[in-house]
Amino acid sequence: MGEEFRFIGKKIPRQDALDIVTGRVRFLNDIRLPNMLYGHALRSPYAHALIKKVDKSRALRLKGVKAVLTWEDVPDWKGGSRNTTRILDRKVRFVGDVVALVAAETKRLAIEAARLLKVEYEVLPHVLSPDEAMREGAPLLYDEYPGNILPSGVPQWGGPRSLKSVVMGNVEEGLKEAHAIAEGEFRYEHIPNPIPLESPGAIGLWEEPNRMTIWVSDQAFYKHVEYLRRIVGEEIEIRTFGLPCGGSYGSKSMSWQVQLYAVLLSRATGCPVHFSLTKHEHLATFVLRPSSRIKGKVGMKRDGTVTAISGTWLVDTGYYSQTTQAQVAVGCGEAQLAIRSQNWDLRSLIVCTNRTASGIVRGFGGQELKCSLIPLLCLAMAKLDVDPVDFFKKNFAKPGDGYFWRDGLWYTYRGVDPAPVIEEGARRFGWREKWKGWLRPTSVDGQKRRGVGVGIHGNADVGEDASEAYVRLDWNGTATIFSCLTEHGTGQKTNIARMAAEVLQLSMERMRHAPADSLIGPRERGPGGSRMTYAAGSAVIKAAEDAREKLLILAAPLFGTTPEDLDTKDGMVFQRHKPEKRIPWSSILEGTRTVMGYGRFEPDYSISNCLVTFVEVEVDTETGKVDLLKVFNATNAGRIIDPQSLEGQLNGCLGSAGIDTAIFEETIMDGSTGHILNANLVDYKWRTFLELPEIENVILEIPYPTHRFHAVGVGEIATSPGPLAVWMAVCNAVGQFFYEYPLTPERVLAALKRGGKV
Amino acid sequence: MACLPGVIFVIDAMRTLRSIRLIVNGEEKVFKVGRGPGQVKPFETLAETLRETLGLTGTKISCDEGACGACTVIMNGKAVPSCMILTVECDGSKITTIEGLGRGPSGLDPLQQAFIEHTAFQCGFCTPGIIMSARALLNRNPNPGEEEIREALSGHLCRCISHYQVIEAVKEAARKERWERSSDS
Repeated sequence: MGEEFRFIGKKIPRQDALDIVTGRVRFLNDIRLPNMLYGHALRSPYAHALIKKVDKSRALRLKGVKAVLTWEDVPDWKGGSRNTTRILDRKVRFVGDVVALVAAETKRLAIEAARLLKVEYEVLPHVLSPDEAMREGAPLLYDEYPGNILPSGVPQWGGPRSLKSVVMGNVEEGLKEAHAIAEGEFRYEHIPNPIPLESPGAIGLWEEPNRMTIWVSDQAFYKHVEYLRRIVGEEIEIRTFGLPCGGSYGSKSMSWQVQLYAVLLSRATGCPVHFSLTKHEHLATFVLRPSSRIKGKVGMKRDGTVTAISGTWLVDTGYYSQTTQAQVAVGCGEAQLAIRSQNWDLRSLIVCTNRTASGIVRGFGGQELKCSLIPLLCLAMAKLDVDPVDFFKKNFAKPGDGYFWRDGLWYTYRGVDPAPVIEEGARRFGWREKWKGWLRPTSVDGQKRRGVGVGIHGNADVGEDASEAYVRLDWNGTATIFSCLTEHGTGQKTNIARMAAEVLQLSMERMRHAPADSLIGPRERGPGGSRMTYAAGSAVIKAAEDAREKLLILAAPLFGTTPEDLDTKDGMVFQRHKPEKRIPWSSILEGTRTVMGYGRFEPDYSISNCLVTFVEVEVDTETGKVDLLKVFNATNAGRIIDPQSLEGQLNGCLGSAGIDTAIFEETIMDGSTGHILNANLVDYKWRTFLELPEIENVILEIPYPTHRFHAVGVGEIATSPGPLAVWMAVCNAVGQFFYEYPLTPERVLAALKRGGKV
Repeated sequence: MACLPGVIFVIDAMRTLRSIRLIVNGEEKVFKVGRGPGQVKPFETLAETLRETLGLTGTKISCDEGACGACTVIMNGKAVPSCMILTVECDGSKITTIEGLGRGPSGLDPLQQAFIEHTAFQCGFCTPGIIMSARALLNRNPNPGEEEIREALSGHLCRCISHYQVIEAVKEAARKERWERSSDS
């Protein structure tokens, strides 16, 4: 500590700021390629059906329509976690599943042509809830999955060892040691949608015989290459271009279907094809949060020690899974980070049903699990009068503790104990004054009752997966970063440049970025799990250090000294102890050379971030409406790299299917037909400028020694502790526990009636 | 038959309007009404004309049904969702898009400058629309209170949650503009 930095932690405008505020950023929809066509899909009105026949004739007669594709016209490309979901299939498995693809000269024409397709279906019985799906004799979505149960585990993550559940110790013995035992079932099953403003889309170009090029405005464009390779095979060359991403929140980490629709239509027409979802399609057919239900039993001691946790985590993934097993694996790891217990028997069960698929959203399984598992622990805390703030302080991982992570391996925690963060957050929020005990309101004023709550989340994916980067130094005193990273809103593209600038002591104006092209940049998995600061950042830092070292080796003979004796600043090299003689990079590189540094970060699952969210709510006992009044987030960033973007990330707790999933954000499906009823931005409720709560972000800087600047990322988890905190606050205000989300006026009024409070 | 008045309007427009004239960012643009290339189709939205015909892609389309504010432009002094207005309805209108903002040595509008300084955006997809609504607000009310700012921006969806930094940026831009105006006079 005590180091002085030029760029780290300073208020510096984002490198793309000017382009953003002037409208010059070119998102996917702003790109026009010569001869580009537009794609659209005809989607199934049935939740489960066989396609008997598609009559394309009327659509193909429409002038300007270039291709219509059905399952019979496409290769046998299959995606999903076990590669069992075909790109276009004879069977449709949810309302909105794609039946046919159309390419036409304009989007409007493609939509019109899709309407002219005549489809004969054989409607099949469907299952729309996990209970229906698991009933004996229930219709099967896939022949491969008896009982509609998907295999758990992620083969790429440790093979058969991959984490599927948390089983250790002896639950029976643990329950015997408990002072209180709680049992119950909690449901976070309302499948909210993060809804980035820019809908998912891609431009695909197929070039014979075997090359596909894809432009995407996604979160992780290099990873698409690795993912698509598993679907289309090694013999096809895949190249992706990453464009600025108009919001993702995890959801656009994967969009293989949209990408391949564009590519298939390009293959059929010989032209580049733009395929973007309309907002209605985005809400009705793109990925939602997984639905999560816990039925379990926990034991606790008076001091908040958790003696046992057992139960089943039932996860409904919708019609297929791309990452649900991965989310279950990470969720199981995160549960152990937040709750120390010797005795676990938490089993997961992943079920598929005939609805839109679940996928990645900030919180990645952990938010869904926390929202349903921690309420069960709260029942035990309430029996023993344990303050949840004390509980979290006691139970979040301490250095030296251990946990099984996603690959099934045991990791010893090398991170920071967040207890001081929790304590500082509680102090600033005024927790001790406001907390009146379980199911007790903070205050009652006529029909208004206030309550407070707290939630916690931490993720050891901050060092998830490998990252690579190059940093090239040019003779003119500039540095160019080659990283397969696009800007998706967190400011990370600027921030990796800041980190490299700090290493190279170059001003930000001299920091450049190579084009986001999978053929140019090295392997970068992309954002996810708050990994950009530690994982991607460290790769760039190492690449900058490597380039710096190579530069100083070249410079050493000019000074007649060793490279270790040299330093560089603002494009000049000098001796540490004799800084008066300065040689510019241009002389060292003789106007003709470049220096290329390479950096790689190896995965590290031994540290975690942590965020605690405190909230105060007001419940109107006449109407049942819940108002969120105050939100206090407390975290430790190790060292703040970019204060403004960090503030923005933490404010993000209110968006992208975060905190408001506790009270009004939900996807509403007709339980008999499977149609999504609120697939538009009027009926899907979101928080407006008029209803902003007071917010404060308490950010500590307790250093993480394993990062060059002692920093750790926290962006991803901003949404995750909040829903639980709001749940707790409403329970306290109303005086009743709730067993499902969201806490709508109807549910609040019903609870008040049950409790005899109205 | 709820759409009948709209249909009648469009048919009417096709019959009576051969061409339409817009002033976009201070420049006059005249379009023929028709279905040919470069012509304004009777069913074409202002957002489409701006983006597709004029190449002004700073105006974003997200929901395309007037619910998110991404496509906001200033038309005759008022912030409007350009995806909900047919171009044939705009004859004679004065339209300002994000590309039309900016003045002074930096070439930036004080709002744009303040948005940069406050990092009042994350992914930036909603930003042009928000800036246009804020511009319309400051044009009619140079000294808005926080509630008035929130009211003026309430139609804008931002899922990253840039709201708090946006409010600060709008306040600062308003302060700067008032100060500039008072030092001018």
